[in-house]
Amino acid sequence: MLAKRIIPCLDVKNGRVVKGTNFEGLRDMADPVEMARFYNTSGADELVFYDITASAEGRTLFTDILRRVASEIFIPLTVGGGIKTLDDFDCVLKCGADKVSVNSGAIADPSIISAAARKYGDQCVVLSMDVKRVDGQFRLFAKGGREDTGIDAMDWAVRGVKNGAGEIVLNSIDTDGVKRGFDMEMLQELTSRVQVPVIASGGAGKMEDFAELFKNPGIDAGLAASIFHTQQVNIRELKQYLRSQGVEMRL
Amino acid sequence: MIAIVDYGVGNLFSLCSSLKALGLEAEVTNSPEKLRAADRIILPGVGAFGDAKAKLEETGLVPLLREEAEKKPFLGICLGMQLLFERSCEYGEHAGLGFVPGEVVDLREDLEDKQLKVPHMGWNSLQIKTDDPIFKYFKDGEYVYYVHSFYGRKCEGSTLATSQYGNVAVTGVVKSGRVYGTQFHPEKSGDAGLRLLKAFAEL
Repeated sequence: MLAKRIIPCLDVKNGRVVKGTNFEGLRDMADPVEMARFYNTSGADELVFYDITASAEGRTLFTDILRRVASEIFIPLTVGGGIKTLDDFDCVLKCGADKVSVNSGAIADPSIISAAARKYGDQCVVLSMDVKRVDGQFRLFAKGGREDTGIDAMDWAVRGVKNGAGEIVLNSIDTDGVKRGFDMEMLQELTSRVQVPVIASGGAGKMEDFAELFKNPGIDAGLAASIFHTQQVNIRELKQYLRSQGVEMRL
Repeated sequence: MIAIVDYGVGNLFSLCSSLKALGLEAEVTNSPEKLRAADRIILPGVGAFGDAKAKLEETGLVPLLREEAEKKPFLGICLGMQLLFERSCEYGEHAGLGFVPGEVVDLREDLEDKQLKVPHMGWNSLQIKTDDPIFKYFKDGEYVYYVHSFYGRKCEGSTLATSQYGNVAVTGVVKSGRVYGTQFHPEKSGDAGLRLLKAFAEL
């Protein structure tokens, strides 16, 4: 059977990995290529890179980093951040990305999902969503979690999958950075609504949080940033622990 | 030199980089001279079978590939492996290259548990059924990376290794003569995948 995946996420700004808490107060961490090497040897199943730079220079720096990572690390690479057009897809795929994640770009223009799925295949298109509870509803947020779109997040996910998204990253703004565990309630709602792989993001603080996460059989992967970057949780130890808990892991 | 067949399908960045990382000389080409001169040939591929087969036919290279596949080690990867079979029923019936006996069918039809997700995407453990020099550096049960919705069937005689997905033993590695195929992506399967490519380069 398929192993559950453990995915470190690298937010890259101006060529450096940064990670914030509740999306604010970014803190400089390290060199992305160094970190990718480290994660590859420690057993990461996939790497996610988000380009959070706005400037054109920053983007060039980012694709350069991506190319360097992809030329020496041979596990799946997902790339996101500022993806708005098919040209953006094309650019990162040529630099070695395997999957491309869209978030605000798809909110601004939902047809990007179907256009990209037609051109590159469903498996290449990842719909990433930032979700927060508002008035008893799971609400979709845009622009890095700063803007309430008013859209029901679960309906958005269903629509995205129908249009060709091959995988969903669900980031709960409510649990992000809090390190008290993944948002199991929100994830349960999503896995009951879609049939594509679901990657859970936001809230992991310790190894037990991942064991809890994979009790929902609809979850395929757990994603985290700072707990891996700071070595609070070591990926190899985490995977050994999860296997001892009966979760299928690639070791 | 390893020639990677260029027929306008797929992203070859990782494949080229992985061979380079192994210290191997590789070139993406559609030149008949280069394909003839190469020590071995890799047929990559992603996308839909019908489109890829049509593109491969357009290059006019099929008769040459048929000849070369008898002379030197040949490896089809992912859709490149599926093209090796006799036929596929992905969006209509299509003839394959017929280098390996068998057919390509929708994984969904054979899965009894309809809750299982298709595409079969992620890391699955590869079980060796028949030992072979391609597994020289590979340990039985290591994980490899798959992304596909169709799979090779009725190819038992050529199957070297499989991965279990629900009730289906997904054809992972096939071999017929000097022709090999992997359904998974060795160039995305970490160290284990690199070791398979290394063994292929030493065949």
